[in-house]
Amino acid sequence: MMNADNPSAYPIVGVLALQGAFREHRRALEKCGAQTREVRRRHELTGLDALVIPGGESTTIGKLMVSYGLLEPVRGLAREGLPVFGTCAGLVMLAGEVVEGDQPLLEVMEVKVRRNAFGRQVNSFETPLGLPALPGGQPFPGVFIRAPWIEQAGPGVELLASHEGRPVAARQGNLLATAFHPELTDDLRLHDFFLDLVSSR
Amino acid sequence: MSEIKIGTMRVKAGLAEMLKGGVIMDVTDAGQARIAEEAGACAVMALERVPSDIRADGGVARMSDPGKIREIQEAVTIPVMAKARIGHFVEAQILQALEVDYIDESEVLTPADEANHINKWNFTVPFVCGAVNLGEALRRISEGAAMIRTKGEAGTGNVVEAVRHMRTINAQIRQLTGMDEDELFKAAKELRAPLELVKWVAENGRLPVVNFSAGGLATPADAALMMQLGAEGVFVGSGIFKSEDPAARGKAIVEAATHFNDPEVLARVSTGLGSAMAGLEIGEIGKENLIQHRGW
Repeated sequence: MMNADNPSAYPIVGVLALQGAFREHRRALEKCGAQTREVRRRHELTGLDALVIPGGESTTIGKLMVSYGLLEPVRGLAREGLPVFGTCAGLVMLAGEVVEGDQPLLEVMEVKVRRNAFGRQVNSFETPLGLPALPGGQPFPGVFIRAPWIEQAGPGVELLASHEGRPVAARQGNLLATAFHPELTDDLRLHDFFLDLVSSR
Repeated sequence: MSEIKIGTMRVKAGLAEMLKGGVIMDVTDAGQARIAEEAGACAVMALERVPSDIRADGGVARMSDPGKIREIQEAVTIPVMAKARIGHFVEAQILQALEVDYIDESEVLTPADEANHINKWNFTVPFVCGAVNLGEALRRISEGAAMIRTKGEAGTGNVVEAVRHMRTINAQIRQLTGMDEDELFKAAKELRAPLELVKWVAENGRLPVVNFSAGGLATPADAALMMQLGAEGVFVGSGIFKSEDPAARGKAIVEAATHFNDPEVLARVSTGLGSAMAGLEIGEIGKENLIQHRGW
């Protein structure tokens, strides 16, 4: 679904800009031909064709989403079918549940997520990942920073990649999520993949 | 497919990218750490004493007791940073063994080496270092720092030095972007910084790593001021837990860092916070007592 006001325009992708690596997502999306808009207040959600929830600290992002009345509207939009792409903290925000701890979540994706699952920063790592859903066939550069993993996934969830047996990328209908940070690499295939979801609506 | 690399510059600098737009708060115990996390801090700095107390107490300021750092690590799930003395690579080794998420090689502690900073390439854990100008920032990056913060003047509650340092760094970056290639050799010599990094900055118009602001921030308006001046996030030390209502002030500063361009939000979050920490006029401190001149 393109922007209703101007159906011929490139899709307008909101990037939640409360905290974290929102600028890197904007850069990647713009390289892929999308228009972007930083979202900090509720009215900035109006007219979006898609939304990205970036990496950052999920506790901080969750609290600020509650304080600024963004949690409910984003949940509503995601349930109505707005394409949403979450990376790292964004995956945590999309999840239905986290292992340990209670923090505000969107609860739109049927996954249970373990935060900081691969350990503290000294265990943060890079590794090539097999991601067969992407074109080209070459491995995707996986950048994992205090990353979560998917502990359990519901039947509607398609697992796209795993590392050491742990699912680290998934799709459920209009929702896409990764435990790693494509926005910190020059590989645009995941952002392109997301924009294909947007244009196929 | 099983090739795994840890401690790469990309994951070190990448964590700083994830902290952007956020507030890193100094805390001295588990209780304060939980208040900071609840207020929305994106990380905490584990300390035995906040800078204003270090300044008041005098004496040699060292790395915190590991027990204190562990206590704070157990209390929160957000990243935990800790400070090592400038040049004290053994304190840094200990902090890495404790698995802190970032080491601040900090002028707030008493320097251990008056010629050399820590060779930060030797570590898996990333480092943040202070700088008062572009040359100092690039020297730290050449030693392996994955994040920079302006030094400001810690423990004063006075933002004037943080402003000076941020403006200086940004003005020097702008100068480089206007130079032709021939002029960059001399610029590198004058900045006392590696030519490769000077060229990178001239080409890209920014530091190669994230740049936060620190040293003297005490109010939501201070945080928003530094963000509007180009800081990518802020450290708040004494400013939160030396104020009347740390929980409310911490939350307000977090909101100000996110909505730094939105005066309506800034007006609301600045309201009714009680008194800020008592501040210090820089002129009254005396030049020999300024912390920002530590580091070389």
